[in-house]
Amino acid sequence: MPSPYVWILVMFLTSITIRVLPLTLFRKPIENTFFKSFLYYVPYVTLAVMTFPAIVDATQVPAAGAAAFVIAILCAVLGADLFKVAIVSCAAVFILEMFLI
Amino acid sequence: MRTVTDNYFLKGMRDGIPIAMGYFAVAMSIGVAARHSGFTPGQTFLSGMLLYASAGQYAGFTLYAAGASLLQLFAVTLITNIRYTLMGFALQQKVRPGTPVWKRAIIGASITDEIFGITVVKQGYINYLYPAGAWCMAVPVWSLAMALGVYLGNLLPAAIISALSVALYGMFIAIIIPPAKKDRIVAVFIVIAFAASYLFAKVEPFSSISEGTRTIILTVGISSAAAALFPRKGEE
Repeated sequence: MPSPYVWILVMFLTSITIRVLPLTLFRKPIENTFFKSFLYYVPYVTLAVMTFPAIVDATQVPAAGAAAFVIAILCAVLGADLFKVAIVSCAAVFILEMFLI
Repeated sequence: MRTVTDNYFLKGMRDGIPIAMGYFAVAMSIGVAARHSGFTPGQTFLSGMLLYASAGQYAGFTLYAAGASLLQLFAVTLITNIRYTLMGFALQQKVRPGTPVWKRAIIGASITDEIFGITVVKQGYINYLYPAGAWCMAVPVWSLAMALGVYLGNLLPAAIISALSVALYGMFIAIIIPPAKKDRIVAVFIVIAFAASYLFAKVEPFSSISEGTRTIILTVGISSAAAALFPRKGEE
């Protein structure tokens, strides 16, 4: 078995290359409309995919996670910023689970 | 946002606070996995500072315990982190032409799911200090929390872990809702993404695909459909 440091080094070299290459190798703005549009939608789609149903499965009681999901969306629609939405979601789960467990 | 003398680094650090909070519970749980694989708190901290990738690190620790080869490790690291390349392309669009390579490299090296999320939605060109500031707030906390997970194991009360675990998702929601309010098409595709993600997570044979791979398939599939059906014309 290789040393943990070799393990970390391989992961580091792989992930840093993946991260830095697109920004350093490609200097020209992308002209292709499809690819441009694709890149516009990617962040929203990927964050949505990562959020649900993961948020429901993250809590001890799925109902608390589901409630946090709905409450977070409502807060964000009403204009709360990142920090407020995050705090309110945590508080919702903490309080709900006091009653649900 | 209001003052003229904005310090992008400090701004990034401030926006990195909820990210750091969100990371905490996730990092602790990955730390527990690292402990099971025989990593020391120091090695785990180092891996956090160098990799800062939840799925990638978790997969790495699991593979080590399973006695995998370095080639397997390379392949899995590539797959679990390939979304950072997509994110890099998206950020590349928002870098001022003529920006020196070292500044571009810093923007690229700062990429995590969440730092990308807060950076890409900013109006105008990216100032490299913004993602760097967020990195300096979030990644050390991430790495420390992971090392703490190795030390503490399961000592934190379950109620606290449970509450902390939704911070990250609350933050994701806060990132995607404002553009959805402005652009109906984004809103529709976010709902489609929620529904498809639920389907993939709960229904066979999709649910047997690993989470990282599911994220890649759904992101590429849904974003391609959106781009083909509703291409964006002109300026963003």
